[in-house]
Amino acid sequence: MTQTSAFTREDRAAQPPSLSPDYHSTMLRSPSHPPVRIPQTVTETTGIADCWDRLMGGAFGDLTTQHEGVALGQRIVVTGRVLDENGRPVPRTVIEIWQANSAGRYAHARDQWDAPLDPNFSGAGRVITDDDGAYRYVTVRPGAYPWGNHHNAWRPAHIHLSLLGPAFATRLVTQMYFPDDPLIEIDPIANAVPLPYRQRMVSRFDIGTTVPNWALGYNFDVILRGRDATPIED
Amino acid sequence: MTDNQSPELFGQTPWQTVGPFFHYALPWWGGADLTGQSDIGAAPTRLVGHHPALNRSHGRPMPAGEPIDIIGRVLDGAGEIVSDALIELWQADAEGRYGGDFTGFGRAPTDEAGVFHFRTIRPGPVPGPGNTLQAPHIAVGVLGRGLLKRLVTRLYFADEPQNESDPILDLVPSERRPTLIAQRDGEVWRFDIVLSGPNETVFFDC
Repeated sequence: MTQTSAFTREDRAAQPPSLSPDYHSTMLRSPSHPPVRIPQTVTETTGIADCWDRLMGGAFGDLTTQHEGVALGQRIVVTGRVLDENGRPVPRTVIEIWQANSAGRYAHARDQWDAPLDPNFSGAGRVITDDDGAYRYVTVRPGAYPWGNHHNAWRPAHIHLSLLGPAFATRLVTQMYFPDDPLIEIDPIANAVPLPYRQRMVSRFDIGTTVPNWALGYNFDVILRGRDATPIED
Repeated sequence: MTDNQSPELFGQTPWQTVGPFFHYALPWWGGADLTGQSDIGAAPTRLVGHHPALNRSHGRPMPAGEPIDIIGRVLDGAGEIVSDALIELWQADAEGRYGGDFTGFGRAPTDEAGVFHFRTIRPGPVPGPGNTLQAPHIAVGVLGRGLLKRLVTRLYFADEPQNESDPILDLVPSERRPTLIAQRDGEVWRFDIVLSGPNETVFFDC
């Protein structure tokens, strides 16, 4: 019989609730019953850690050069590490990336905002962490954009990040925000996460990551649920 | 002001919604066919222009086991269809093994009618806590606009006698268990996901 470590549970203080009425779309899409707590079985403690590239394809770490011309906007480099809650690197894990273009427009049929599409920017990419859990990608800084949540609602600039991690239980989708963006304070989605935890999603500008004469640099670490100290028997 | 790099803030990165515009990043051609035999899973009607990152699965040999189709709708608390959800599956192979040649992972966006469609193989039973055995099941993650974090549920099969002794189903109030049971409907298995309200699907904290 194999021993498999369980993962730490969701940190209820740091994770948003399903229902957050200021983000109106949650009203009809949040369960009214609390979730049923279950033990982690082999179903929850296993995952596709080592085969994502067989499914989705290879890495795609430069979002600015996917087309014939160069993407418009402020070129940026984003680097960081994926760690677990025990501070251990999460190597060989995929990060899927998507975002609006520099004008705040998504290359998506349902995005009706009247900002220009950039034929040289699709806004999707994929990177994989190295043995130290480190990753790096190049993109343009996304623009803010209006949305229909309430009067004069604008989303702060953000980059969507999707991580699978080592197990079904470690799945994470988050958004990376930028420092000194006044829209964060008044954004219902970012503020579904209470302070101080909301600030975990705000990247840091770093002159050391900034590439001279080429791109501004930002640092952003992603922390996934870690292995619990208590082993379980499966 | 603290930020992502502040040591005193170290801990789980918070979840955020995928929003409505994930279709050119998360689904892929073939992503909803876990058997690797077709291209279902992408959402071409949501795309504008060419998306080079939207990949196509490599063809894979047909895995052993019984091929099945799973079709369902995602509904909100008003009974309206949810046309911008993304469903993810994680399952064992027909022998009850995770992570072998059969990758066991798939994604399907809901379409304009709120419908998702997977093709996969029927999984085998897998070990449960202690010396128990879990009935064949598929772990299901639900993402979408208006979902700040993933909802997790499970799909079981209506004709499976082992459901009676499944240690996870046993934790669910009996009157709510039917929301976890897919029903055979001709050639397909039907499994609707109700996010809120009457007949609300059972979601798990795992």
